[in-house]
Amino acid sequence: MATDSLIITSATGVDVELAIAGPGSRSHAFIIDWHIRLLLAVTWFALAAYAQTGVFYLRGKSAGAVAALSLLPAFAIYFLYHPVVELAMRGRTPGKRMAGVRIVNRLGGTPSTLALLIRNGFRLIDSLPLFYGVGLCTTFFTPQRVRLGDLAAGTLLVHDGDQEVRALAQLGSLSLNSSLDAGTVALGNDLLLRWPDLEPARRHELARELLRRIAKAVGSDSATLNLDALKDRDLKQRLRTALAGHPP
Amino acid sequence: MTPTPKAPSWLAQRSTIWSRLGESLLTWRRGRLSRQDALQALEGYRGLARDVASARKSLPGSPITTALETLYASMHAIVNREPRHTRASLRHLYAVEIPATVRELRPYILGVWFLFALSTAAGWGLIHTWPTLVGLVASPEMVRHVEHGELWTDGILNVTPSSLLSIRIFTNNIAVTIFACVAGIFYGLGTFYVIANNGLMLGGVFAFTQIHGLDGDLLKFIFAHGTVELSMICLGGAAGVALGESLIRPKLASRRDSLQQCTAKIARLFAALIPLLIICGLIEGFVSPDPDIGWPVRLFVGLANLALMYAVLTGRFFRSAAAA
Repeated sequence: MATDSLIITSATGVDVELAIAGPGSRSHAFIIDWHIRLLLAVTWFALAAYAQTGVFYLRGKSAGAVAALSLLPAFAIYFLYHPVVELAMRGRTPGKRMAGVRIVNRLGGTPSTLALLIRNGFRLIDSLPLFYGVGLCTTFFTPQRVRLGDLAAGTLLVHDGDQEVRALAQLGSLSLNSSLDAGTVALGNDLLLRWPDLEPARRHELARELLRRIAKAVGSDSATLNLDALKDRDLKQRLRTALAGHPP
Repeated sequence: MTPTPKAPSWLAQRSTIWSRLGESLLTWRRGRLSRQDALQALEGYRGLARDVASARKSLPGSPITTALETLYASMHAIVNREPRHTRASLRHLYAVEIPATVRELRPYILGVWFLFALSTAAGWGLIHTWPTLVGLVASPEMVRHVEHGELWTDGILNVTPSSLLSIRIFTNNIAVTIFACVAGIFYGLGTFYVIANNGLMLGGVFAFTQIHGLDGDLLKFIFAHGTVELSMICLGGAAGVALGESLIRPKLASRRDSLQQCTAKIARLFAALIPLLIICGLIEGFVSPDPDIGWPVRLFVGLANLALMYAVLTGRFFRSAAAA
């Protein structure tokens, strides 16, 4: 049965909990990476061919050197993209970063060079018969949703919360002078971060409700706030200042 | 009811530290940590553990707790990062670990060689008895060339330059060797198929060229690179059989653990296999197809290549280099 998270006992005594990425996130990351490497390989091929022959393709009987300079690096980019980028970025690739996942070992640490090379070597099997058929099937049936390469290398893909780490950075600037309780500051911080993703009516409603609660907490009269007249940008600014400790 | 901590007393004090850690994290992820960075990371990790514990207790399920847990997990990955290979560990790999793995795989290597020899003999027997079946082991182009009294490799340098040919060959050989190994994950059956298939093809092609009086030419073509190349494929196959064995008869508590332990051990072999296959590819591109190079040079290159393989796989090459 599939598990949703990996819980690791840390030396500090506080468990580390990592959310395991499923086939959907894996496919999402793979498709982005596939497009990146294809684009890079095709771009190299076209530019190298153009630099040598004046056209963006190889003519019928191009010289060996021309073909070598155009084709070989293009193939190298396409086939070595994953091992090279994963090693350089320590278990991440641009696609994985965009999909919000990263590779970890079974102890939650950054995987070793050997583990990354093993999981990439097994792509030969995982990609069989077409479009990662074997790999995709095993992610559905293994408990930690891993492909054969991960199984052999002792790695797995987990969700990477870069957005949440950024939220913490913003929280620092908000909470410095605030006299509000941590929960309210965190709630406001979350709303500010999600502001662009929420529908205007919804975010306005949430912001007004939160501002009224803050006003009540600091002893202001919420009736005098005139929140309904505020426009989108002003409402966001008012919320930010209120969270930072100024009266709403 | 658990009192919710007031922001100034806890959040305000700690949030600036979290922000700093979050910023440092991005730098630490990219490169090597200095001693100062490592100490700072450890200190931050410990402090964060306390914060996560507090947040889990006082703000369960809140965005702060989630964000802290995420930062804590990222710091955990940084703190538990394995060191990169240094020159000393690379020397240890070639001088000690690879020879030890080869010694351990010796029964499998012999078994795979036996399978390869058996399938080569079977391929030879099959095509020698029924030459019309050659289409099973050779492409129509190869068959056409041989029927016209020449090897398909004759004049190959007029079509493809040696450099390009070498790269194409060693890339293919590396892929075949890795495949022969990783196919062992199907309880060894995949490896058996790859090795038997290669043996059948080699034997069949030799039988077909013998019928047309070209077997001597084929041997001349193959000798300089083939001895080591086939040994490498068989070594990859032996690693694949070991992989299958680790699943059939696991030595650890679970098959997964046994597979991981075995893979980590045999993967080191590829640090020797890949450079040797690149050398074979260069020989096959520059020496083997050149009609001007005679038997003595081919013999010398082939034997020297074999000696190099022996020195690398037994660790003698690196032990003597280290001693020097």
